[in-house]
Amino acid sequence: MTAIAATHTAEAEPIAAFDAVQSRRRCLGWRRRILDISQQVTALHVAPAFSCTEIVDVIYHGLMRWEAPGRSPDVFLMSKGHGCLVQYVILEAMGVLPTADLDLYCKPEGRLGAHPDYGIPGIAASTGSLGHGMGIATGMAYAERLQGRDGRIFVVLSDGECQSGSTWEAAMMAANLRLDNLVAFVDMNDFSGLERMSEGHPAFHPLLEKFQAFGWRGVEVAGHSAEALHAAVDGHTGGGPFIVVCKTVKGKGVSYMEHVPIWHYRSPNPAEYAQALAELREIAG
Amino acid sequence: MRNRFADVFYELGLQDPRLCIVVADISPAGSISRFRTEFPDRFVNTGVAEQVMIGMCAGMALRGLRPFAYTIATFVLYRPFEFVRDDLCYQNLPVTIVGIGGGVTYSTLGGTHHAQEDIGVATTIPNMTVLVPCDPPEAEAATRWCATQTRGPVYLRLGKAGEPVLTGDAVEPWQFGRLRRITRGEDVCILACGPVAKLAVQLAERFRARGESVSLISAHTPKPLDEEGIIAALRSHRRVVVVEETAPGGSLGRRVRELAWQSGADCRLDTFCLQDEFIHCYGDHDALLAAHGLEIGAMSARMGFG
Repeated sequence: MTAIAATHTAEAEPIAAFDAVQSRRRCLGWRRRILDISQQVTALHVAPAFSCTEIVDVIYHGLMRWEAPGRSPDVFLMSKGHGCLVQYVILEAMGVLPTADLDLYCKPEGRLGAHPDYGIPGIAASTGSLGHGMGIATGMAYAERLQGRDGRIFVVLSDGECQSGSTWEAAMMAANLRLDNLVAFVDMNDFSGLERMSEGHPAFHPLLEKFQAFGWRGVEVAGHSAEALHAAVDGHTGGGPFIVVCKTVKGKGVSYMEHVPIWHYRSPNPAEYAQALAELREIAG
Repeated sequence: MRNRFADVFYELGLQDPRLCIVVADISPAGSISRFRTEFPDRFVNTGVAEQVMIGMCAGMALRGLRPFAYTIATFVLYRPFEFVRDDLCYQNLPVTIVGIGGGVTYSTLGGTHHAQEDIGVATTIPNMTVLVPCDPPEAEAATRWCATQTRGPVYLRLGKAGEPVLTGDAVEPWQFGRLRRITRGEDVCILACGPVAKLAVQLAERFRARGESVSLISAHTPKPLDEEGIIAALRSHRRVVVVEETAPGGSLGRRVRELAWQSGADCRLDTFCLQDEFIHCYGDHDALLAAHGLEIGAMSARMGFG
C-alpha cells in the first residue's frame, strides 16, 4: 500500500487510562440530560439512545483520541441515526454543541433534529435512513489508509440495520480491503421498529458468526458494561475490520421503557419523567 | 466517449492524488486499466454491489478524496438511488457518478440496461448537477470540470464508444452551465442533448437545404439549466427544435416548453425524445432510437419537410 500523503500532523492526546467508574457516572448524566430534553418535545428516540449510551460513551471517552474538543484524528459515525440524542448530549458536554442548540432540539428555530446532519459540529455524516453507515464508514476507513493517516473509524449500528443488504455489501468490502482501522458496534437490543428480532426474524441470529463468516474478527459483549466494551476493542490491533456485538436493552435504565416498543418514539409525560429520574442509577453493566 | 473519459481521468489522476475510481464489476476500458495498474489502491471494485460503491464514495469524499463512481447508467443511478440521494446529494459531496451507456445505447441488452429516465431522475434531486456531453471532446471538457469542481455531486452521462465528433468546428467553447453554439444562425435553433445530437446535425442540414440558417446548440448541462440562454434562443429564432435521448418526464423539451410559456415566446416549438414506454425490440442503437421516432426521416416528416 502506497500512501498518497500524510497530511495529519497534529499531535493527538494519548488516551488516558479508561476509568469505568467515571464512565458509569457519565452515562447516568447522559440519560438524565436526555430525559430533560424529552420534556421539550412530544416525540423523540429516548429508548434507542438509552440502549447505546455506554457504547457511545466508551467510544468518545475511551477509544477516540482528541487534539481539542471536537477535533480528533478518529471518527465517530452514528449509523443508527435515531440514537443521536446520546451523541448530542456528549457533544454538549465536550463544548462542541452549545446548550442553546439542545434547547432548540426539533424546534423550527433549531438545527438539531431527530437524526444527525452532516454540517452540524461534531457530526461526521448524515444518517437516519438505516443501512448507510457501514458503507460510509468503509469509505472513510479506506480513505484514511490511502492518505497515510492513522485515523480509526468507529461506527455504531442497530441490529435492525443488519437486516439491510447494504450493510452486508459494505461488510464484505471492508473485509476484502482488510480495513483494520474500522471498528463497528452493533447495538443488539433485539427490537426492530415492529417486533422482537429474535421472534420475528429468528434467522437473524447468530449475528457475530455471520460477520466472522464475512471475514471480520469480533466479540460479543454485555453492551451496558463499560469495562467489557472498552476491553473488547482496546486489545484489538490489525487483522481486518472488527465487530463488537453488544447485547443491550432498549430503554435501559427506566423500567417501563425497557423492551416496550412504544418508547422507540414516545416522550414521557411529567409523571413518567419524574418516575424515570427517580429510577435512574449508575449501571454496573 | 468512454475512452476519452478514461484518457482524461488517467491524465488528471497523475496530477491529483485525491482522484479515485470506484467501479461495480465493470471491466476497465482503455486508460482506466492503465490507471488501475499504476495506482491499484486508487481503483476499487466493489463487485455487483452498487450501494456500497456509492456509500464508499461518500465516505472517501468526507475524508478528503475525490472519488468517481463508474458503471452502467442504470446501475450507478437506479440501483443505489437512495444512496445517491442521501449520501451524496443530501450531504452535497463532490462525487461524480459516471453512467455509461446512457439512454438506450445498450440496444441489444434489453430494458434492464436502458437508462431512458436517468436525466429526469437525476435532475430531480436537490444539489445534483447533471452533465450530458454530446461527443468525445465534450466528454473530455466535462470530465475535467468534474475532477476540479467543488459544487457537489454530479451525474455525468456518457454514451459508449465510437461516437462521432460533432463539435470540432464549434463556434463556442464548452462552458459549465451554458448552452454551447456549435453553429450560429438566425432562423432555426436546434437544442440537442447528448450524442443524439448527430440527428440534430442531420436535421440542421435539411433546414439549410431549404435556405434557413441554423443555430445548432449543445445543451450539455441539463442541471443547472441555462434558462436565460434558452429564453434568448426562443426569442431570437422563428423555430426551435429540441432533440434528446431521454423519456419525456424531466426532459429538456418539457423544460423548454415551460420557459416558452413563462417568457411568452411566439416561435414554433417541436420536441423529439424517447417515449414514455419501455422498448422491447432489439437491434443497433439507431434502430432503438427509430422505434421511438428519433430517426431523420420521421423527424423530417413531422417538421413538414415532405
